[in-house]
Amino acid sequence: MDASGRFVARHVATLPKSGIRDFFAIVSQMKDAVTLGIGEPDFVTPYHIREAAIASLEKGRTSYTDNRGTQQFREEISRYVAKNYGPEYNPDTEILGTIGVSEALDILLRATLNPGDKVLYHEPCYVSYAPSVTLCHAEAIPVRTIAADQFALDPAALRAAWQPGCKMLILNFPTNPTGGTAERAKLEAIAKFAIEKDLLVASDEIYSELTFEGDHVSIASLPGMRERTVFLHGFSKGFAMTGFRIGYACGPAAVIDGMLKVHQYAIMCAPIMSQEAAVEALRNGRDSMLHMRDKYRERRDFIVRRFNELGLNCHLPRGAFYAFPDITSTGLDSMTFARKLLEEQKVAVVPGTAFGSAGAGFCRASFSTSYERIHEAGERIARFLEALPRR
Amino acid sequence: MNSVLKLILDGEALDTHQIGQILGLGAEAVERELTALRKQGVLLGMRPVLNPSYESEHRVRAVIEIKIRTEGVGGFDGIAERISSFEQVESCYLMSGGYDLLVVVAADNLYKVAGFVHERLARIDGVQGTSTHFFLRAYKKDGFIVTAEGSRRDQPSVSP
Repeated sequence: MDASGRFVARHVATLPKSGIRDFFAIVSQMKDAVTLGIGEPDFVTPYHIREAAIASLEKGRTSYTDNRGTQQFREEISRYVAKNYGPEYNPDTEILGTIGVSEALDILLRATLNPGDKVLYHEPCYVSYAPSVTLCHAEAIPVRTIAADQFALDPAALRAAWQPGCKMLILNFPTNPTGGTAERAKLEAIAKFAIEKDLLVASDEIYSELTFEGDHVSIASLPGMRERTVFLHGFSKGFAMTGFRIGYACGPAAVIDGMLKVHQYAIMCAPIMSQEAAVEALRNGRDSMLHMRDKYRERRDFIVRRFNELGLNCHLPRGAFYAFPDITSTGLDSMTFARKLLEEQKVAVVPGTAFGSAGAGFCRASFSTSYERIHEAGERIARFLEALPRR
Repeated sequence: MNSVLKLILDGEALDTHQIGQILGLGAEAVERELTALRKQGVLLGMRPVLNPSYESEHRVRAVIEIKIRTEGVGGFDGIAERISSFEQVESCYLMSGGYDLLVVVAADNLYKVAGFVHERLARIDGVQGTSTHFFLRAYKKDGFIVTAEGSRRDQPSVSP
């Protein structure tokens, strides 16, 4: 570390680096690794959506847009959300286009948290939740979810984790990395709790199109929740548009206004060509999205069966594109398992601890990849397990 | 659709052992299924799809539009089946529109295609005229993009 480190703020200097980042550094040194570590679709964005971005560039549409996003973009979002999730949002006051859900969540936290506020979130979870809360000088309070519940959030565990000073609850169903989903009854109990404790709910529903079991229910659609929920969504997963970096937030006008202030100073607006591609996805992307979802489901069934055949207990993920097998039967901790598997058989999976301490004893294996690669990984994992000392 | 067939049509290069594992069947069950599909005439065969630029340097391919007269020569089927029997013919279709048969032929050089047209096709009773178009460059073949579309070299091998 050079001397410029003294300029870095204390709360940033002490913030741990993403566990994924560390692991990526190891994997990138390894030639010919079979990777199940990629947290994005293996499909290229459907051509009709890419074509909309090309057409936008051809027409010379390269300017800034309204901070909130183009009128057309917000109107399409409003229609799509009402049709697929229930709540109706006013495109002029209750919808904000963002640089993916990542930005949407960041500006939501920055717009609503005061130093010392507490934020509940369920773990294992996406890597950015707790650090983003910390960056707002607030405190992140994890609520553990477990494999026996298929990593659904247990309302009783949520109640037990609550403490005075809790202001917000972050939800992410289906969940990265566990594929956990929230059924209506559980979600209703969570909603009741949020109302009782006057919590603002941030609901990251980025994987909602990729729900394989049952219907996805948004907490924003439950009675009394629209006015205390910010619905966060985007195009990266369902429409395979990660590189477009485009998403949105829908919520009550005062909160969206607060977010807009941060957004207009930090970002200005989402890229116009990404907004136009997103409009095409919202209007005409359903068939491509369903095709990709069906492919993920087929691959999920294969990889989960394979892990179980190999003696690594794996629950059936109900959404997203990750299997999250229990690796405790190997006697190894998550990081050692992932590191040895990479060194000995050149297969990359992500250690469960990268997603919080509740991920200990698990690893994440993405099935957003070809059958050939999943099959090859399965063969190599079989050899790896075979070579482990018997316990 | 038959699950084995569906998997093959997806275009991934999988052997019967892999297909068996993916579908939770034994490799023998997959073989039996494939044999049955062949017997039923559903599956005509399986071939690798080669990037045309890796074919023999001089290999040429042409599409030939053929107009035919059907009286006294056994109708469309008779002529189409005769033409299909030539080994140079890769595909042969009866068409609607300005001509009757569309034939794709491949040969080792341009002269062999020309020879096929005037020595073979033109001599078949019922063939009234041909129009030959040579392939210059392939951009997509049998569902595969030939150019380097969708290259993911900048994609990180692990991401959150």
